[in-house]
Amino acid sequence: MSKFLVIEDLYVNVEDKQILKGVNLTINKGEIHALMGPNGSGKSTLSNALMGHPKYKITKGKIYLNGEDITDMPPDQRAKKGIFLAFQYPVAIPGVRIFNFLKNMMSSVQGRELNISEFRKELKEKTKMLEVKSSFIQRYLNDGFSGGEKKRNEILQMALFNPKLALLDETDSGLDVTALKTVCDGINKILNPEMSAIIITHYKRMLEYVRPQFVHIIMDGKIVKEGGDDLIDYIDENGYKWIEEELLAGTLK
Amino acid sequence: MGEEENKMTVAENLVASDGYKYGFSSPDTDYFYKAKKGLTREFVEEISAKMKKEPRWMTELRLKAYDIFMEKPMPTWGNTEMLNNIDFDDIHYYVRSTEKQGSNWDDVPEDIKNTFDKLGIPEAERKFLAGVTAQYESDVVYHSIRKDLEKIGVIFTDMDTGLREHEDIIKKYFGTIIPPTDNKFAALNSAVWSGGSFVWIPAGVHVEIPLQAYFRINTKNMGQFERTLIIAEPGSSVHYIEGCTAPTYSSDSLHSAVVELIAMEGAKIRYTTIQNWSTNVYNLVTKRAYAYKNATIQWVDGNIGSKLTMKYPAVYLMGEGARGEVLSIAMAGKGQHQDAGAKMIHAAPNTSSIITSKSISKNDGRSSYRGFIKVLPGATNSKSHVVCDALMLNEEARSDTYPTMQVDEQNVSVTHEASVSKVGEEQLFYLMSRGLSEQEATTMIVNGFVEPFTKELPMEYAVELNRLIQLEMEGSVG
Repeated sequence: MSKFLVIEDLYVNVEDKQILKGVNLTINKGEIHALMGPNGSGKSTLSNALMGHPKYKITKGKIYLNGEDITDMPPDQRAKKGIFLAFQYPVAIPGVRIFNFLKNMMSSVQGRELNISEFRKELKEKTKMLEVKSSFIQRYLNDGFSGGEKKRNEILQMALFNPKLALLDETDSGLDVTALKTVCDGINKILNPEMSAIIITHYKRMLEYVRPQFVHIIMDGKIVKEGGDDLIDYIDENGYKWIEEELLAGTLK
Repeated sequence: MGEEENKMTVAENLVASDGYKYGFSSPDTDYFYKAKKGLTREFVEEISAKMKKEPRWMTELRLKAYDIFMEKPMPTWGNTEMLNNIDFDDIHYYVRSTEKQGSNWDDVPEDIKNTFDKLGIPEAERKFLAGVTAQYESDVVYHSIRKDLEKIGVIFTDMDTGLREHEDIIKKYFGTIIPPTDNKFAALNSAVWSGGSFVWIPAGVHVEIPLQAYFRINTKNMGQFERTLIIAEPGSSVHYIEGCTAPTYSSDSLHSAVVELIAMEGAKIRYTTIQNWSTNVYNLVTKRAYAYKNATIQWVDGNIGSKLTMKYPAVYLMGEGARGEVLSIAMAGKGQHQDAGAKMIHAAPNTSSIITSKSISKNDGRSSYRGFIKVLPGATNSKSHVVCDALMLNEEARSDTYPTMQVDEQNVSVTHEASVSKVGEEQLFYLMSRGLSEQEATTMIVNGFVEPFTKELPMEYAVELNRLIQLEMEGSVG
């Protein structure tokens, strides 16, 4: 097993507030990990720090991708290395058509001019897979989108991007049952043995569709418990409170 | 027409001091005739009566305009500091180019060729823009007009030819929308105008393809004073489009055009401009239109280049149900001031106007929106809506709005919205997380910002504008 992503003792500040307080995590090629935790525990901070958001300042620790230190690398370089973040709250960029944006994304990550007819063909396949209307790609990026449309758009990008490491930040939030199923079916089709993924979520429901092999619980900026997929059901039934209590009592295993 | 002899004589008389013996320039330039710098009453008369052989009324009009120009003070508003740097004695007021094609593509400077390359301008158009084919300075020598347009009676020609061939129409309308008394620069243009377009659309005729003209300045210190008049007879429609590019020169140039539009009952005129003058050009333009009953005027106005632009396309809504629109973008980069806006005069009931102004400021660039909305007594049930959006790319950039509204009628709706935004950190991060560099991401956000403008342009202009913005953005980030 090759260690694809290694996070070493990571400390991250957001606007001078310390959010991550020493995260350690190793992900091998092809593995699917779930990162669960209550609100404000640092889940989204970790995904933003992994993608290189300038507001998320790494004050200590290292991130290695395929053995390379990417701790100080700008987001576009990380993207070119194969990291993809499916945003929890994708921002609107008025006036930029999705088609044009996707074209630019693809030529950037591939580092070459696109073959437009091949690109169109691929785009058609992926929109069909995610049950996205073909007129969708003529809309302005995330502008006036419903929650479901935004998430579908993120997964459409992921399908084209074909990342080596996918960070799915609360992709389940704001989706109804039907939409969640479509999106998760899409994700399952995109995942492949060459692709690693971190699924960040509060709840069990997404993890029932996209099954992780490893589960990590994050609380107050640290990973406090790790286990297999059986942990998902336990959290679903018992919540996070018990972990907090055991942490305080010093009895957490 | 005996012009050849004339050129020689006038040249000998007037130009010898400028090093153009016999009016012929040194072998590497092609100007038959280039006036000496500065402006006198005698010079205005000489050009009009002797060189151009214009009718007496036009010569009189020019001379009267010259007097007004000399009397009128400089504007006391806008960027007076920049305006006062204009040295009127250091400008060529008339240049007539050769009609033979003297220069060739190999002589075009590398940096200009590179710019064309980056812009992706087609070969034929490049040569045209570089002055290798027919188009030169003050005289509009080139117009492409399709035979079928001529057949349906459309007149599309340069103003000098128009004056020779359609004197009756021009005499009736010239200077009626923008009289020489309007402002100092309109007076100057009226005195020394040369080139520009004359367009006349017969009643009921809809011109399906945009009429296009190119203008450029390529002589150091040469003023370009083109004069355009477009008349759309009742029920007709036309889209006129001009794109300007100019190579950079070391000393300041003045471009001061006058554009008059008249849309008769039920007619529609769209006038599209993208100016990309080099950043030493003063671009001081007066544009005004009259819209009669149920007529529509649309000014689509893009300002990328120039040192200082002062331009406020106006629509006088003269008849009931008339409609006026201004859609403009301005991009102010290092050392530039884009002072642009619009004027809408509601002079009849049920008239409506929409102004959409978008500006982008970067480095120490400054963009100003200057707007004027007037609703006259009796213009009941009129509506006016103004939207100003400013995008700032950095801290030193500056954006101002100067809206003025005078409403002298009760039952009207006049609204104004303004927003100032910065390129958002979240937007940049989102795009960069998809592999775009900071510059590519910023360019994409800026192109998105101007999309409401770009989508109104014919495809080739939209592509050119997006590339221009891309070039402007190069090196502006990081």
